Amino acid sequence: MAADRNGEALRVEHIAKHFGGVTALADVNLRLAKGEVLGLIGDNGAGKSTLIKIICGFHQPDAGRIVINGDEVTLRSVDHARSLGIDTVYQDLALVNELSVYHNMFLNRELVRWPLLSNRRMRKLARQHLDDMGVNLPSVDDEVAKLSGGQRQAIAVARSVYTDARILLLDEPLAAMGAKEGALILDLVRDLKAKGDVSIIIIAHNYGQILEVCDRINLLQHGSITFDKPTSQTSVQELTDLVVAEYRAARTQKLQADPGAGARQAPRS
Amino acid sequence: MSDTIEVAERVEPAPAGRPSRGILRRVGEEFLRRREASVLVVAVALGVYFASASPAFLTQPNLVNISQATAPVAIIAAGLVLVLVSGEIDLSVAAVAALAPFNMHYLVDFYSVPVLPAILLALAVSAAIGFANGAITVYLKVPSFVTTLGTGYIVIGIVLTTSHAYPAPIPEGAEGISKWFGVWPWAHLTWAVLVTIVFHLLLTRTRWGLHTVATGGNLLGATEAGIRSGRIKIGNFMMLSVLGGLVGIMEAFRINTIDPNIGGGFELMFVAVSAAVIGGTALAGGSGTVVGAFLGALVLAELQNGFNLIGISANPYFLIQGAAILIAMIANVRLSRLRRAGRV
Repeated sequence: MAADRNGEALRVEHIAKHFGGVTALADVNLRLAKGEVLGLIGDNGAGKSTLIKIICGFHQPDAGRIVINGDEVTLRSVDHARSLGIDTVYQDLALVNELSVYHNMFLNRELVRWPLLSNRRMRKLARQHLDDMGVNLPSVDDEVAKLSGGQRQAIAVARSVYTDARILLLDEPLAAMGAKEGALILDLVRDLKAKGDVSIIIIAHNYGQILEVCDRINLLQHGSITFDKPTSQTSVQELTDLVVAEYRAARTQKLQADPGAGARQAPRS
Repeated sequence: MSDTIEVAERVEPAPAGRPSRGILRRVGEEFLRRREASVLVVAVALGVYFASASPAFLTQPNLVNISQATAPVAIIAAGLVLVLVSGEIDLSVAAVAALAPFNMHYLVDFYSVPVLPAILLALAVSAAIGFANGAITVYLKVPSFVTTLGTGYIVIGIVLTTSHAYPAPIPEGAEGISKWFGVWPWAHLTWAVLVTIVFHLLLTRTRWGLHTVATGGNLLGATEAGIRSGRIKIGNFMMLSVLGGLVGIMEAFRINTIDPNIGGGFELMFVAVSAAVIGGTALAGGSGTVVGAFLGALVLAELQNGFNLIGISANPYFLIQGAAILIAMIANVRLSRLRRAGRV
């Protein structure tokens, strides 16, 4: 499944990002083939969300190159990235509780017959699109606040693929999901993959679930990619070991420096 | 939890019979779903009560009185609702109302600017103050409560310093225009209704309004969706300030003098906030209604006027206003919780 040059949707080279004195990303290299689903894993604070926010134009990198469909680009804003076909489902979903489902679906790309919103058209298209994607909702008129976590996530995903997203970034879509709701999201991703015209990066902590849908796994540690393998050549065990090994190493180091620290921090272990 | 259950008992289980329900029932439900409904009921009930208590209440001069008391509050409240929905507040708007007619007066009488351009320039100055409010809040990250407390005092200071705290006469040559701005008895109400309709449509039917709700409801989410929330906030501050300036000029024409006391320092702003709250606008951002704020202004005007007519001293008026604010807010919070739970 390794990306051949022609079929490359996205390439990120030597990306670095600092916030004040803190280095969030040191040197990230990452490739995403067309139609590929890439799983991005790593411990909390490894810089996964920062990387996503750079690729979607929210943050600007301090160094490095971003190449989309073979062209190097400087992403100026979320809107700019979106115009290039990059769309994101954020961890916080970016849904507005006070607005209806269809207004959320069209947030910031509303259909307008100046000066008024074309509510009827948006409502109809939202309904159609959700039905096409197999997302079941009682009504697109409901305020989003009424919906369950899975339904909200599904709306956020459906919204992103609605307007021709070629590259979809999912930031922890499975966090805080029940088993059924998680399955709904994974099915959505599978459907998108089957259609084959969207490339996807998923951030997740549940390795079992992402191994089900991903073609390839990348591990982000201390601001750079330290592991890159096709799904078929790795396992939940290996991924868990990689992340845990890092933690153990850090802990051992700390214990050697201050033997009392481990006992104080984790009295039960 | 316990209050949800209590309510659940009062609402009959109905979903199965939905299509067969009477049209009256459905109209009733649609009505209840609207946040403005309860305020409208209160406004009508107060009207009926005062009309029966005093024969003077429904006479034309008195209705003009009520409309003239409602209008300035309703106009300011319309703009204020948008600011509140976008998650901010503006304490300076009453001061801006005091400054605008003085600016008109200075321009006409000291710089020989014709009246209409002078009015437009005075409104432009109002807009600039609104811009300052927004920019300080958005870019310098000062909470708007503090920003506008500061600009409010500064503007009051400018009014008092430049006018030496003395009223000024309406500029000569303003007769033609004054008709539109408040000499004709129903001019105020006409402006108020127009402003309410325009701002209601702006909030509920345009991109601007949708982005205002998104900004106040989920600021981070709105920015992530690419909405320029800073611009939305600044724009709303500017529109409110222009409305404030308009109200100041209208009031000057109505009382036929340019008084530094127009707006009463911060008073008019507080009344407008009360009207917005009574009308069903939460100060938490993300939700609010312009029509409700108009009705809230009407309720307050009715109360004050009615108390006068039936000979109750004006003193307990504040007591009622305070209670109305609290009751409205508590009802609002509970209702929106019910709405979320899908019961109303």
